[in-house]
Amino acid sequence: MPDAAKKIHVRCIVNGKSLALEAFPMARLLDVLREEAGLTGTKEGCGEGECGACCVELDGALVNSCLVPALQADGATIRTIEGVAMGEELHAVQQSFIEHGGAQCGICTPGMVLAAVNLLARKPNATETDVREGLAGNLCRCTGYTKILESVLSVCRGMERHS
Amino acid sequence: MPGRVIGKSVPRKEGREKVTGRAKYVDDLKFAGMLYGTTVRSPVARGKILVIHFAPGIPWDEFTIVTAKDIPAKNCITLLIDDQPCLADGFVNHPEEPVVLLAHPDKYLLEEARRAVRIEIEQLPAVFTIDDSLARKQIIWGADNIFKSFQVEKGDVDSAWSSADRIIEGEYGTGAQEQLYIEPQGMIAWANADEGVTVWGSLQCPYYVHKALTPLFGLPKDRIRVIQAETGGGFGGKEEYPSMIAAHAALLAWKSGKYVKIIYDRAEDMVATTKRHPSRTKHRTALTSGGKLLAMDIDFTIDGGAYETLSPVVLSRGTIHAAGPYSCPNVRIRSRAVATNAPPHGAFRGFGAPQSVFALERHLDRVAEAVGLAPDELRRRNFIHQGETIAVGQVMHEKIDMDGLMNRAFELSGYYEKRRRFAAENSGRMIRKGIGFASFFHGAGFTGSGEEYLASEVAAEATREGRVRVMAASTEMGQGTNTIFSQIVGDALGIDQEQIEIVQPDTANVPNSGPTVASRTSMIVGKLVESAALEIKQKLLDGGFLRRGYDAREFAAACKQYVEKGGPLKSFAKYEHPRDLHWDDVRYQGDAYGAYAWAVYVAEVSVDMRTAEARVVDFVAVQEVGKVINPRLAAGQIEGGVAQGIGMALYENVVWQEGRMVNGQMTNYIMPTSVDVPPIRVYFEEIPYERGPAGAKGIGELPLDGTAPAIANAIAHATGANVTRVPLTPEMLSETLEGVHA
Amino acid sequence: MRSSVPAYELVAPKNIESALETLAREPGVWKPFAGGTDLMVLLEAGKLPHRKFLSISKIPELRRIEVAEDFVAIGALVTYTEIQRNEILQREFPLLCRAASETGSIATQNRGTIGGNIGNASPAADSPPALAAYDAELGLVSSRGTRRLRYGEFHTGYKRTQMRDDDLITCVHLRRTHAGGKHYYRKVGTRRAQAISKVCFAGTARLEGGRLTDVRIALGSVAPTVLRAVGTEQILHGEKISPALLQKAQKMLGSEISPIDDMRSTAVYRRRIAQNLLAEFFEVMTA
Repeated sequence: MPDAAKKIHVRCIVNGKSLALEAFPMARLLDVLREEAGLTGTKEGCGEGECGACCVELDGALVNSCLVPALQADGATIRTIEGVAMGEELHAVQQSFIEHGGAQCGICTPGMVLAAVNLLARKPNATETDVREGLAGNLCRCTGYTKILESVLSVCRGMERHS
Repeated sequence: MPGRVIGKSVPRKEGREKVTGRAKYVDDLKFAGMLYGTTVRSPVARGKILVIHFAPGIPWDEFTIVTAKDIPAKNCITLLIDDQPCLADGFVNHPEEPVVLLAHPDKYLLEEARRAVRIEIEQLPAVFTIDDSLARKQIIWGADNIFKSFQVEKGDVDSAWSSADRIIEGEYGTGAQEQLYIEPQGMIAWANADEGVTVWGSLQCPYYVHKALTPLFGLPKDRIRVIQAETGGGFGGKEEYPSMIAAHAALLAWKSGKYVKIIYDRAEDMVATTKRHPSRTKHRTALTSGGKLLAMDIDFTIDGGAYETLSPVVLSRGTIHAAGPYSCPNVRIRSRAVATNAPPHGAFRGFGAPQSVFALERHLDRVAEAVGLAPDELRRRNFIHQGETIAVGQVMHEKIDMDGLMNRAFELSGYYEKRRRFAAENSGRMIRKGIGFASFFHGAGFTGSGEEYLASEVAAEATREGRVRVMAASTEMGQGTNTIFSQIVGDALGIDQEQIEIVQPDTANVPNSGPTVASRTSMIVGKLVESAALEIKQKLLDGGFLRRGYDAREFAAACKQYVEKGGPLKSFAKYEHPRDLHWDDVRYQGDAYGAYAWAVYVAEVSVDMRTAEARVVDFVAVQEVGKVINPRLAAGQIEGGVAQGIGMALYENVVWQEGRMVNGQMTNYIMPTSVDVPPIRVYFEEIPYERGPAGAKGIGELPLDGTAPAIANAIAHATGANVTRVPLTPEMLSETLEGVHA
Repeated sequence: MRSSVPAYELVAPKNIESALETLAREPGVWKPFAGGTDLMVLLEAGKLPHRKFLSISKIPELRRIEVAEDFVAIGALVTYTEIQRNEILQREFPLLCRAASETGSIATQNRGTIGGNIGNASPAADSPPALAAYDAELGLVSSRGTRRLRYGEFHTGYKRTQMRDDDLITCVHLRRTHAGGKHYYRKVGTRRAQAISKVCFAGTARLEGGRLTDVRIALGSVAPTVLRAVGTEQILHGEKISPALLQKAQKMLGSEISPIDDMRSTAVYRRRIAQNLLAEFFEVMTA
């Protein structure tokens, strides 16, 4: 069966770096990031936009990268889990996940951390309800969510103290 | 220096890698020239393979194609027996049974090719239900469709009926449940006749995979190598199944001469791999007028799917737990695992006990209601005490305080007050509330002589830099193996966590400490880790390299001296079965487990009578688990297990059609999100178990036993519905409520 | 991933004129692709037979919310997130905002568009009952010109609509006539978040002198398309709320809907719950 599409150039800024990638237009952004850009931190859990393991930020908005075609990532600014820490200095959310046990097997963690970081940027004073609702698109099978919530709420309380 | 880190919530050892996305799971690994592999599977439940068609339009000469005839030695996935083929040969016995393997460098073309293979099958009549299997409408396995059966007898059940004041019967069921680890199954293989076979993958038990690959390829054991990659959840779903996918990747690698990677997408993982065994339990219970259990006659059946795999062991645990932590003089348990034409069911956290404990704890609430006792009063009058025997005849030598656990759980949850208040306030309301509990125990480690048979080994080595390396086959999959072992070694040797390395499980480098299952990792393997560490200390002390009261720096200096003077500083520890534990495999009697964890769980639910939707709004989990090595990790285990139990009770419904799961997408197979679970409140009691490291017992599977029945009992309290099955979907509850309130 | 990605063409037209020109030149060959939250799921499941798509997600004319004195026009490419953030929509069209907040997850809401949702025409979609209850109209455009359709007539059967091969949906047009009414939206899904609906109820009405007026009730997941329960509305219109009225209306509602058994739920459950939600709607009206 002959291929119908030709690969296109996908020029985007990923974690602050300009990248020029090549991909089929309908290729999933998830695969472009993992394979073309070598950023394997973003994970595939379901391939149907249900589990959130593939979450990245696209132009500041949280999206499931398994549902974004490469063509629509052209010109975008993207942040993946690899872009959350500042070098070796962890983001407060990451540090809190370590301290409070927010990660067990770790496969949902990249997407969960991104979702939490994105949530707190929009709602720095998030309540427990805000956090539960804000993370409802990120499935975790290991933790029962309790320590994920503790991790994120701890950051909120910390931010309150510093503001 | 005991008590330095054991008992403290030391942070997860590999936490930083996990929160930064640097941890490498199998799909993150790649090798030069690697091919992708895929599996072509049977579209029907049972039949004779006639022809395999390869449609035109695909460049088949570019593909590596493997069928049963390409298997170098024995076509089987060895587990307890050898009935399961690696690739179907001549016949298929379940939907999605693997028949053909394909590999190609282009994963998109590979998918087109997969769809271009058509397996022509002459269908045979198939069996899909426990009833049909027992009725032997078709014999689909062995002589009678029965993988295994047990009969446990205590006292004299038959003559007890005549002296019973009340006899209450009930029938209960649990459905299949998908483990739903967020990382799907995956393997990478490299294989050839000269070098042997190496696989990397998402797995719980490297030596199970090793044992399965050896007869498949007909190679000596030291030519098979299995390496665990970071594993994104297992829960039993990656106990035995990885042997199958490893075999497939290895066969493609063998034939192609290249690295081959097979990663299942979610849909394939859901429909083709193992699930929790569906079950049916019948109870017949006799009580005295004083509310004491006089006789229990329990009939327990599980559906094993098309091949035996682990069904006898699941049946075993379910059978032993079927009569619960109660003292009853006359007990009969008849149980069996039967074959159906579905993909084989397998290990899932709890492993038979969630099924039989659901039935028991739901039944006892109904028994209490029938005789006019409060459900907790019925339990209190019958809880087993130290010195008494359980159904299989084991004398409970350990200290037991189920009353105390119940009191604490009830106080923390406000049980008595809510039990009264909800019943008084519910009438006429559209949102009804209920509170219910389950009281239960869970044996840790392998049953009976299982641990003796496993003969687990652990090794340790101190380097000349004073670092201590722990070598065990126990895998980290989120439950905290790496951290727990590190804490045990830290306390045994008085060194810092940073000086300790838990070696990546690789059969070339670590001895066989047994599978990472059965809640045995802390209790059994942890003890061996402790012994191996202590032996290193002893060698240093004996040789005069260390004096008592040393500090971490002196330890490092002593290691340097030892290694420079006399070579490697290594130790081994091998499991020794306690001499006072005796188990009779034939009569199914004796000391089933070395230690038990004990628990009382309380669930509070809110039921919307308009939509029959039930939600858990509060959950209290109180358990006695021996010494808690890491409180945060332990609580995390219980919280996660309770969430899986909530799924088992209310949401996770596998929809079957002719042996095939038809809702194999995360959109349609529902696990709870963060808004579907309440804060899960976890409390521990500690009665140290002298054979566990620092007194620890096993805890990983415990929460799956008590969560679903506590919720079912709460819903019964809220609505009056006689809940007898899980998952209790709103559709089912709605039907039941129509009957109640009509 | 069950599709061969190289077999799919996805091209971004320079502007709306170019998009319309392509659609007109090769009718039926190209289909519009908005945020992708439906189509990519089908692609990954191997259930996307169509191969050529026009990526319209960046066309600026389709991305605005236009507020005029007597109407609001929501551009077809407005996302669920943007709908929820609009103050006028929150105040005057709460059913639509509720629907948007219950669609998928935050990540889905950031990408999914109202036009894409309407074009996908799933009977289980969350916004259509709100749109039907609000008597929405759709703006469509092709190279032949623009037209306006009543949303209530847009869906002609299961996943069939009045869209022509060369059409693009431009906007959802809502008349600002619902002030003063009460609004009730309830989606009963498989769980409390990120769920496909089993029954979805959107209703709005006024109480004047104790009598119901201007009753609009629409349901999702109980028929091959979104359903306006006109028979039930007629029974209710002008009547005083009473248990007898509720019973009569529930009976009518039961006969108007045609729910099915599927892997998520049963016809019996869906019918019973739809009738129970009508009772809850009554409670909201009298509160």
